[in-house]
Parts: sequence; C-alpha cells; structure tokens
Amino acid sequence: MNKQRDPLFHIVKRAALPWYKAWGIRAAAIVLALILCALITTLITGEDPIQVYVTIFEGGFGTARRAWILFHNLAMLLIVALAVTPAFRMRFWNIGGEGQVLIGCLASAACMITLGDKLPNGVLLAVMALASILAGAVWAGIPAIFKARWNTNETLFTLMMNYVATQLAAFFIIIWEVPKGSGTIGIINQSTMAGWLPQVGPSKYFLNILIVAVLTVLMYLYLNYTKHGYEIAVVGESERTARYVGIKVGRVIIRTLLLSGAICGLAGFLLVSGSDHTLTTSLAGGRGFTAVMVSWLAKFNPLFMIFTSFLLVFLARGAAEISTSFGLNQSFSDILTGVILFFIIGCEFFINYKLSFRSAKKEG
Amino acid sequence: MFDFVAFIPRAIVQGIPLLLGSTGETLTEKSGNLNLGIPGVMYVGAISGVVGAFLYEQAVPTGDLNNFLAVLIPLLCSLLGSALMGLLYSFLTVTLRANQNVTGLTITTFGVGLGNFFGGSLIKLSGASVPSLVLTRTSLAFTKTLPFSGSLGWFGKIFLSYGFMAYLAIAIALAVSYVLNRTRVGLQLRAVGENPNTADAAGIDVNRYKYVATCVGSMIAGLGGLYFIMDYAAGIWANDTFGDRGWLAIALVIFTVWRPNIGVLASFLFGGLYILYLFIPTGTNMAVKELYKMIPYVVTLIVLVLSSMRNKRENQPPAALGLAYFREER
Repeated sequence: MNKQRDPLFHIVKRAALPWYKAWGIRAAAIVLALILCALITTLITGEDPIQVYVTIFEGGFGTARRAWILFHNLAMLLIVALAVTPAFRMRFWNIGGEGQVLIGCLASAACMITLGDKLPNGVLLAVMALASILAGAVWAGIPAIFKARWNTNETLFTLMMNYVATQLAAFFIIIWEVPKGSGTIGIINQSTMAGWLPQVGPSKYFLNILIVAVLTVLMYLYLNYTKHGYEIAVVGESERTARYVGIKVGRVIIRTLLLSGAICGLAGFLLVSGSDHTLTTSLAGGRGFTAVMVSWLAKFNPLFMIFTSFLLVFLARGAAEISTSFGLNQSFSDILTGVILFFIIGCEFFINYKLSFRSAKKEG
Repeated sequence: MFDFVAFIPRAIVQGIPLLLGSTGETLTEKSGNLNLGIPGVMYVGAISGVVGAFLYEQAVPTGDLNNFLAVLIPLLCSLLGSALMGLLYSFLTVTLRANQNVTGLTITTFGVGLGNFFGGSLIKLSGASVPSLVLTRTSLAFTKTLPFSGSLGWFGKIFLSYGFMAYLAIAIALAVSYVLNRTRVGLQLRAVGENPNTADAAGIDVNRYKYVATCVGSMIAGLGGLYFIMDYAAGIWANDTFGDRGWLAIALVIFTVWRPNIGVLASFLFGGLYILYLFIPTGTNMAVKELYKMIPYVVTLIVLVLSSMRNKRENQPPAALGLAYFREER
C-alpha cells in the first residue's frame, strides 16, 4: 500500500447499529441478491424477471399442499438450527447436525421395524422418541467429550461423525431392505401404521410444525433466561473468564452438546415418524449444513431463526420451481441460493464497519 | 492372498485428488483462512476443465486431438475457475471479514451447484442417452503414460502407470512444503497465519498474503477435481460422482498436521482406505461393505484424537486460523 498518500477511504469499526438499520441493510442485500438472481435467470432462460418471481412464489404457495410442505420444511430446518445454536453460542462449531439427525432417524426406524408389532402404538412412539433423542445425544456427546478433555478440533470431528452415521444407516438399510436387493426400505409399517405419529389438525405435517414451534420458544427462554444459557454465553465470550468465575467449561461443553444432539435426534424422530416413514441415507437432506447458515444469519437468536429458515426454505423451493418450470437442471437452485447467501454474508461487513472517505475524514 | 500390485495403483489414483485438495487447503490454512469451500472449489475446478475440454472437442469434431492443446485448455480453464472461487472466498473473508465457516459452507453449496448445473446442461447439450458426458479423447491425452511402463512388470504398474498429473501432484506437494518451510515467503506466510498483528507490524502485507495463498491454494485444489474427471474417471462427467472427496481432503490436512510432504504418503494411505472395502472379501454380504466404507472416517477420527492428546506444539493448527484480521482491532 502506498504510505505517502492518504488512501481513498479507510475502514472504521462501527459502534452497535440500531436494529432497524442493521435489518435494513440486510433487507437491501437480499433485494439486490434477488435482482441479480432474476437477471441470471433471465439471461439463461429468456423469461421476463417478473414471471420468474411469480414462479418462485407459486413454487412455495401455489397450492395448499405446497404451502404445507413449505412450512414443514421450514420447521424441520428450524429444529436442526435450534439444535446447533447453543453449541454455536459457545463457538463450538458443530457441523455434524446432519449425522446427529440421521442417527436419530436410524434409531426411530430401528424401533419401528423391530418393535412395530410387539408394542402398543403409544408405548412404541415413546420408545422411538427416547431412542432417537439418546442416539442424537450420544452422536454429539462423543466429540464434546474429546473437545472438553483434549481440545480436539470439533469441526472435523463432527464432520467425520456425519459419514460414520451415513455408513451405519447404509448398513442397516441393506439389512432391512424391502424387497431384498432393492437397496431401499420403502414405507415402514405401511399397513399397520405402527410408530406413525397420528395426524393432528388439518394436515399430517401440523403436529411436527407445532412441536417445533413450541421448541423454538423453549430454546429462546433457555438461552436468554436460564443459568445454563448464561453459562453458555460466558463460555462463548471467553473461556478464561468462564474459568475465572468458576464455570466448569468442560462440563458446560458436554452438557450443551448433549442437548444439541438430543434435539437433532428428536428432529430425526419427527422426520421418520411424523412425515417420511422411511429411512434413506439422505433423509437429513443437508439440513445439518444449512442450519449453520440459518443460525448464523439470525445471530443465534431462535426467534429470528424462524425468519431466516423461512427465507432459505422459500428460496430453495422457489429456485427448484424455476428449474423445473423453465427446464433447467435442479442444481440451478443451489447456485441461486449460493448467490443470495453471498450477498447476506457480505452485507454483514456494512453493518459492522463503515467506510470513511478521504474528504469526510478531513472534516472529522 | 491380498493383491498388492492391483491395490496400490488404485489406492494412488484415489489418493491424488485428495493430495491436491489437501495441499491447496494446507497452503490456504497457513495464511489463517479455513476454507471449508474446498469441496465446492474442487467441483468448480473439475467442471471448468470439463467445459474447456468439451468446447475443444466440439471444435475438432473428428480425428485425434492435438495432445498438447487437449491438456493445456482444460488445465487453464480449471485453474481459472478455481482461482475465481478462491478470489470470491478471499473477498468475502479478507476484505469484508465475513465468518469463514459460513462463507466456506456457502462456497461449497455454490460450487457443487455450479458443477452439477453446468455438468447437467452439457450432458443435455451433448444429447447423450445416459446421464453422463464422455470426453474420452481428452482423457487419453491426460492419461498418457511413459511408453515403456507397460513392459516393466509390477514395478511399472506401481510406479509408472499414471498420467502426468499424478506426478505433478506429488511435485506440487513437495514444492509447497519446501516453500512453506524453507523460504522467506513461506516464513512470512506462516507468520500471517500464526499472528497477523505481529506480521503486520513487521511490514508484511497481511491481506495480500491471505489473498494469494487462498487463490493459489484453490487453484491447486481445483486441479484435484480436474484429475479426478480426466484421469481417474477416464473423462466421464456424471453429476455428483466426485462425492465427498473434498471433505476428505480437508480432513487430510489435519491428518498430515499441515505438512504437504507427509500428505503424499498419507493421501495414498487414505486412497487405500477409501477403496479397501472393494478388496476385503465379504462374499454375498453386501451390508458389511457399507461398514468397511466407514474405515477412512474412523481412521481420521482416531488420528484427530491422538494428535490432540499428544498436543505437540509443532503439530497445532495456525494460531489465527479462522479469524478475520482487522488492523484497528486489538
């Protein structure tokens, strides 16, 4: 850099921006991203951009069924995001949500298949939920123990646990496959519906959505109004401070991760018992990774996460709709989602810093 | 009897993409940037090369390709594509100081989407009846081996049966290792990754080092994607074939404790573990094969745990890994 001349601008850290300005910047970024996405789509398909937006909207809300699916996807993404959030607040980068959900799915499916005709439905559901929660907790607890005891890198540990879970699920899928040699399980207990969550309210998705909604509020309260939540915040800010004030950091890490994994396991239970009634290796559907984004975009606030997960689910669904109705391939939606996320990630800079230009600096 | 002469070459061709990916990521991480976008970057490296090769094959509809151009065009396209991804990552994390984990994951989504989108579109364009794009003629140029390698028995098979990119990968890994540990540039780069404040005070341009290391690292990683398609997969692109190798490459960085020269052997070992399930006789029990596929991940976990237990100072990640640098912040 040329030291003789004043640079054109320099970067100053902002004091906290009022929330409406911060969200204004984010909204502007999203709008810009949408304009860019429409431009890209128009360039590729030759359709007019308004039509593109209509298509996005129809993809999400076109029919009542679509709307229910959209809200169900939102709930499923939200619950995984809720699960990883306490860990993130501690700066424990759990990117193993994927595996923790899948192992929960596996536990639920295992109960459904092996105990389906032996227990009354109510007991079976309880056993399934418990098994899933335990499985998820164990899957997240293992990296936590190593992190607490030996400071083992959690990002990689949880990532590897995803693959172990995937292979474990693949192993059991082949053992339980119906019919033999197909490599898939199909719908479990289709005739008896044993281990299926009953339909409550207007749609089979309603119960799942309701459970996640309750959980969102509980998580908000847990993080903001309990001693545990406070300890998590302190450990996240500074481990040394936490140690100094007498918080047992290792214990907080393990406890929080057990909770994190347990909620992921519960998500697995809801997926298997509440909506899909089957087991595939891709049942978690990348939510473990998308949840990282949801949680971070919402600044780890469970209530904001409703909005951010809506945004991501809606965009993904809309982009998928664009792909099908304009005859593009499905991956186009990943590109659009990527572009939008880049804008949102980038705009954080303008919230945290401000550019002060040369002339402005002289006045100051 | 375990067939080593068949196993070792296959382990090595499996290992080369991992080696390139992890060398690139090591270089990037040494500058303090944890690029979790490497899987995406490798996809982009692969598809850029495929697009280049596709266009060149279209331009020469019949007969043999000029071997030199058939290699050069995809190579340059691949380097350009992955460098752009590296640039995007650096712009977001270095200039705009965004969170590296989130940016990296987004780069992965974006890159994999980009790869599959263009891959899928090219498959459509080529009008193939199967969902894959065949670039055999380009691949032939990439897989050319030394003329006498076939006549040397097991020695030829194990050491000389690879296309030039395999040797290039090893050379790059050794060169990066040399630069990092034996040159001034490497020393300054490591300083940036360990403590950017001190590096800045010593007059090192922190941002420039981060940008260059990330972009060059991405280019190296992108070559891994190109090698996979052109050499390993014999020029056949099908969506999602590259799989999770990008993540394994990142795991390999830790496995090798940030040393590309160890990476040469470690990646072959990993490649071997990755395909071990094909060589363990299981009879008709298909399910157990799925368990054997777990081996590379479990081994990574064990290494991760052991290296953290030993906790030697020289085996630690760069101290400022994952943190954005802002001069005015202390």
